[in-house]
Amino acid sequence: MVKKKQVYLDYAATTPIDPRVMQAMMPYFSEEFGNPSSYHYYGQSAENALENARDKVAKYFQCLSSEVIFTSCGTESDNLALRGTAIQALKERGASHILITPVEHHAVTRTAQQLSKFYGFELEYLPVDQLGRVNIDDLITRIRQDTAIVSIIYANNEIGTINPIGAIGEICRSRGVTFHTDAVQAGAYLSLNVNSLQTDLVSIGAHKFYGPKGIGALYVRQGTSIIPAQTGGGQEFGLRAGTQNIPYIVGLAEALDIAQTERENRIRSVKHLRDHLIGTILEEISDVQLTGHPDERLPNHASFVFYGVDGNALLMMLDIEGFACSSGSACKTGNPEPSEVLSSLGITHDWALGSLRVTLGNFTTAAEIEEFLSVLPKVISKLRKIR
Amino acid sequence: MQQKPVVAIAMSGGVDSSVAAALLVKQGYSVIGMMLKLWSEQGEDQSNRCCTPDSIALARRVASIISIPFYVLDARQIFYDHVIQPFIDGYAQNTTPNPCVVCNRSIRWKFLLDHALSAGAEFLATGHYARVIHPSQHAYQLLLGVDPSKDQSYVLYVLTQNQLKHALLPLGEFTKQEVRQMAHQYNLPVADLPDSQDLCFLGADGDYRNFLARYAPQTQNPGPILDLQGKVLGTHQGLAFFTIGQRKGINISSPVPMYVLAKDSIQNALIVGTREESFQDHLIAHHTNWIDGNPPSTDFNASVKIRYNAHRIAGKVSIIDDSTFSVKFEKPVTDIAPGQSAVLYNGDICLGGGVISAD
Repeated sequence: MVKKKQVYLDYAATTPIDPRVMQAMMPYFSEEFGNPSSYHYYGQSAENALENARDKVAKYFQCLSSEVIFTSCGTESDNLALRGTAIQALKERGASHILITPVEHHAVTRTAQQLSKFYGFELEYLPVDQLGRVNIDDLITRIRQDTAIVSIIYANNEIGTINPIGAIGEICRSRGVTFHTDAVQAGAYLSLNVNSLQTDLVSIGAHKFYGPKGIGALYVRQGTSIIPAQTGGGQEFGLRAGTQNIPYIVGLAEALDIAQTERENRIRSVKHLRDHLIGTILEEISDVQLTGHPDERLPNHASFVFYGVDGNALLMMLDIEGFACSSGSACKTGNPEPSEVLSSLGITHDWALGSLRVTLGNFTTAAEIEEFLSVLPKVISKLRKIR
Repeated sequence: MQQKPVVAIAMSGGVDSSVAAALLVKQGYSVIGMMLKLWSEQGEDQSNRCCTPDSIALARRVASIISIPFYVLDARQIFYDHVIQPFIDGYAQNTTPNPCVVCNRSIRWKFLLDHALSAGAEFLATGHYARVIHPSQHAYQLLLGVDPSKDQSYVLYVLTQNQLKHALLPLGEFTKQEVRQMAHQYNLPVADLPDSQDLCFLGADGDYRNFLARYAPQTQNPGPILDLQGKVLGTHQGLAFFTIGQRKGINISSPVPMYVLAKDSIQNALIVGTREESFQDHLIAHHTNWIDGNPPSTDFNASVKIRYNAHRIAGKVSIIDDSTFSVKFEKPVTDIAPGQSAVLYNGDICLGGGVISAD
């Protein structure tokens, strides 16, 4: 293929590593290669790096360092949070009810479904409105004495909608129910302060905020009843056995530090481009809807459905034109069942098949967005013609 | 050096389309891999041969080995509407449909070609064993592939000049053996996959009869088996489960081998007869496509293929109207099955064809 310049507009899928992060990681692959559990100099040096990283992450959760557990990714954090607390709650107090929303990431949904299937938990879905947000009153009526865990996504990957996590957390706390939020998409742009979020468990993954893939963290509030999902040598306060991946942990901490420090600037730079993108698309293309909340959404996130357009074909045409976007859920196999998330917002089949997610990032320029906006209407109209 | 044009290659995860893609890359084209996700029967073990996650993964792997982009397009609904439903209806109407012909006309060379052209490709390529040439001052011509055992021009006779203009068939010049060698040479992980034999959408058993029983239960409709004299020889379980020319599995006792001669829809009767009785000397075909766009002005001699795997037989073609022709064979032939296509050749050149009618 004669490749045109490729424009990356899929930052919600993953982000490139910030060079500063890479630099911070490098020594821990070679000179500082020790196992943090070892007794000697090398071990102590690695342990020092590990604990410095933990302190750094704790700073942004505004929590104790001992409340930060490093995992291999956001998905593992979600798994540990749900499986670890639900099984313990069942054993300790016979709690057998799990409450999640229909717009959770699969890392939460599939884990909750497995808990339901193999451990007998009653899995209940808290409805969301057509913008993808949880209604506090619904939570109040559905949360129960025997609720083992409530898990509600902070910012949605497909539609960008941000949930009122603090208000949800307050209800859960007042009922004494463990509350987890998947903050994997939120890490790059939103506050992770667990005191205002009022959460017991928070999952993040580094590659969504310019850190490396294969590393995540879970905030676990002190006193939370949780058992490890992975057992072994007792690392990570006994909650996640296995020798810690020091260079990646250092990378996660560095990336989070940069993301949270530069947050305001980053939001400023992507948000006006994103707003321009949404405004232009809604104005210039017919039969299009913005999916998710118009205001309470991630500042880099735009998502749409186009009537009478095949989402896969749209992604293909855009990729060939040099724009890497997503439909919001992985559909490499050409199996674009309308996404469960879009269906749960009440978006009908004919619309949901034509979904498009455009997510901006640190390297997105105004010129790229203009280029994209000049190409998209043509592609949409071509696809509508050949249908 | 001038940049060669952009070509979309229809990939299936099989050896033919994979080698075709590799050849195009080698020839310097800008190649885009495209794969259609087609409707297929969901077997219990999900092991249908075509368009499974497995075959998609293979095609994707081949695309990455030869460094081309790869995209899957969802064609399940349109494939069902245009290919599967007519397939079921055809059997229910006691013909023997050829879904590959329909797929080439309505899906591959329409839906996929439209997407390829919209995506900026100048050509759509497939792994078919056939050739397209464009002699100067002439219309585009469709030729037999050079491997006589693999020729697939039979399923491409439906192509119009406009489709042929955009068609590239890189395997037409090669034999299957050469293609397998190339697959090894290019280190493609599909080199030793078996040839696909059955219809791509059938369940794991690959038997269209079971498929019909599941999707068109009305085809299970017992009736009498009659000889040409009207004598009842037995009972059949449904006309759809038999093919003209079939000998095995009729389940009647007879001193001589009996063949399926015809299906009598009115009496729901399967008509059988001896080999001698199974010969016919003519056919009529409708829904005709003439490759050069127009029916010939006079009757002409041609060699005729009445099934995908049949030998060509000499006959005289008469034009009845724009979409209908008849063939009078030099020697009587067997196995003329309504619903299959009669494809006409002059030497290596495919002239067109039509669907054999039940007249």
